[in-house]
Amino acid sequence: MYLNIDNISKSFQRQDEQQLKALENINLEINEGEFISLLGPSGCGKSTLLSIMAGLSKPTSGSVRLENNIITEPGPDKSMVFQEPALFPWMSVKENVTFPLRKNFSKKEQEAKAAEYLKMVHLSQFAENYPHELSGGMQQRVAIARALAMDSGLLLMDEPFGALDEQTRQVLQDEVEKIWLDTKKTIVFVTHSIREAIKLSDRVIIMSARPGTVISDFRVNLNRPRQQKDMAALEEDVMAILKTEIENVMKEELQYAGSR
Amino acid sequence: MPVVVKRILFFVALILIWQGIFLLGIWPESMIPGPLTVAETIIAGFVDMTLVYDIVASFRHLLIGLAVSLVIGTLLGVLLAKVKTADETLGTMILALQSVPSIVWVPLAIIWFGFTEASIIFVVIIGGTFVMTMNMRIGIKNVAPIYLQAARTMGSKGMDLFMKVVVPASIPHAVTGVRLAWAFSWRALMAGEMLSTGPGLGYTLSYASDFNNMSLVIGIIIIIGVIGSIVDQLIFQRIEHKVLKRWGMEEAA
Ligand SMILES: Nc1ncnc2c1ncn2[C@@H]1O[C@H](COP(=O)(O)OP(=O)(O)OP(=O)(O)O)[C@@H](O)[C@H]1O
Ligand SMILES: [Mg+2]
Repeated sequence: MYLNIDNISKSFQRQDEQQLKALENINLEINEGEFISLLGPSGCGKSTLLSIMAGLSKPTSGSVRLENNIITEPGPDKSMVFQEPALFPWMSVKENVTFPLRKNFSKKEQEAKAAEYLKMVHLSQFAENYPHELSGGMQQRVAIARALAMDSGLLLMDEPFGALDEQTRQVLQDEVEKIWLDTKKTIVFVTHSIREAIKLSDRVIIMSARPGTVISDFRVNLNRPRQQKDMAALEEDVMAILKTEIENVMKEELQYAGSR
Repeated sequence: MPVVVKRILFFVALILIWQGIFLLGIWPESMIPGPLTVAETIIAGFVDMTLVYDIVASFRHLLIGLAVSLVIGTLLGVLLAKVKTADETLGTMILALQSVPSIVWVPLAIIWFGFTEASIIFVVIIGGTFVMTMNMRIGIKNVAPIYLQAARTMGSKGMDLFMKVVVPASIPHAVTGVRLAWAFSWRALMAGEMLSTGPGLGYTLSYASDFNNMSLVIGIIIIIGVIGSIVDQLIFQRIEHKVLKRWGMEEAA
C-alpha cells in the first residue's frame, strides 16, 4: 500500500489555553512495500504522526491518503503496534492475538495463526496466561504478534522493540525483516535506535524537535541482511543530525526553565 | 500474630467486658442482658425455626430487590455514560437521589403498596439502584482510551466495540457497583422490614422492641451485622479482588 502525507500539521490545545504545535507541514510519500523509519528527539511528534496515519486522530490541517483515499477512520487495513503494549487485560494472551482475526477466520485458523505468531515472538508457553502475568517486554511482544497476525498492507510500529533486551531485539528485527521481505507490506517504524533504523529501512526520516518537521530523508542502499561494517558511515551521518536536534530540545528547555 | 487470632481475641475480650458490665448489675437485665442470655435467645430462635424463616424471608426480599436494582442500575448507567443530555439532566437527579437515606422511602412505599412485601422490595430496589447506576456510568466513561484505539485499529467498532471492549473494560467498576448496591440494599431492607408485618429480620427486630425483648433485639442486631460482613468479605471482596487482579489494577497478593 502506498501512502501520501500532504502538508499535515497538528496542534494540541494546552491547559494554559495556548496551542502546542506538535507537527508542522509534514510532507512524505511512502511507496508500496517500502520500509520507512522515523527518528527524532523525544516529543517531536512521531507517535502523533503515526496515530494520524492510523486514522486515530485527525490532522489540524492537511491530509493523509492511503492508496489515494483520504484516511478518515482506523480499520484493519492498517495495523498498529502502540508505544505501550495496549493489550486487553481481561483476555488471555491467545485471545488478545485472535481478537482482530475473529471476523475473517475460522476458529481453527485463528488458533493456528495465534500459535504461529506467538512462536515467532517466543511466547508459545504463555498463550493461556493473562497480560498482568507477563513482563513489560513480553507484553510488547504479544502486541507485536497481534499486529503481525492481522497481516494488513500497512504496518505502523511505534518503538516496538523499546522494552526488549539486545538479543531479543535482534531476533525480532530479523523476524520483522523476514516478514517484510516475504509479504512486501508497507512498514512505518518509529525507533530511537539509529542502528535499528538503518539495519531495517529503505528510508530513514529524521524529524526536528517540536514542532516536528521532516529535516532529512536518507535512502539506505545497502544489501540485506545488512552488516555492521557497511552501516557505520551512515550511522555517523544520522547521529550528527540527530545530535543537533536533541541539543536544540535541551537548549530550549534550559531557556524556558531559566526564564521563570 | 495472624489477623484471625487478633480478631478472635478482640471479640472474646469484648464479650468478657460485656459479661463484666452485666455482672456489675448497674442496669437492669431488661436493658442490658448478658451475652449468655442473648446466645440462648438466638439458639432458641434457630431451634423453633422462627429466625430461620425470618432470614429466608429477608434474603428473598433482598435478592429480588437487588437483582432488579442491578438491572435498572446497569441500564441507567449505560444511558448516562452514552447520552450526554441524559447525564446532564437525569444524572444530576440520580446524584441527588443517591444522597437520600433509604428509610425516607418507606412511608411512600407504604402508601403506594400498603404493608406488603412489594413495599419492602420497592425500598430495596431504590436502595441499590442509584449507587449501581453511578458506578456503571463511571466504569463506562473511564475506559482507558488506549483500549479503544487499539480495538479500532483492529477493525472493531459500534456494537462489537461496546460489547467486546467497553463492557469488559468497565467490569472492575461494575463489580464495585454490585458490592455497594448489595450494602445499600441490605440497609434499605432493614428499614423497609421494620415497618412491615413480617416475616423478616427487620420485622422481628421491631416486634421484639415493642415487647421489650431486649435479648432478641441484641441477638438480631448481631445476626444482621454478621450476615452483612460475611457476605461482603466472603463473596464481594473476593470477587472484587480477583477482578482487580485480572484487570491489572491491583498488585498480585
Ligand atoms: N493528546 C495530546 N494532548 C496534548 N498534547 C499532546 C497529546 N499527544 C501528544 N501531545 C504533545 O505532542 C508532542 C508530540 O508527542 P508525541 O507523543 O507524538 O512525541 P514522540 O515523538 O512520540 O515522543 P517519544 O519519542 O517520547 O515517544 C509532545 O510535545 C506532546 O506533549
Ligand atoms: Mg512516541
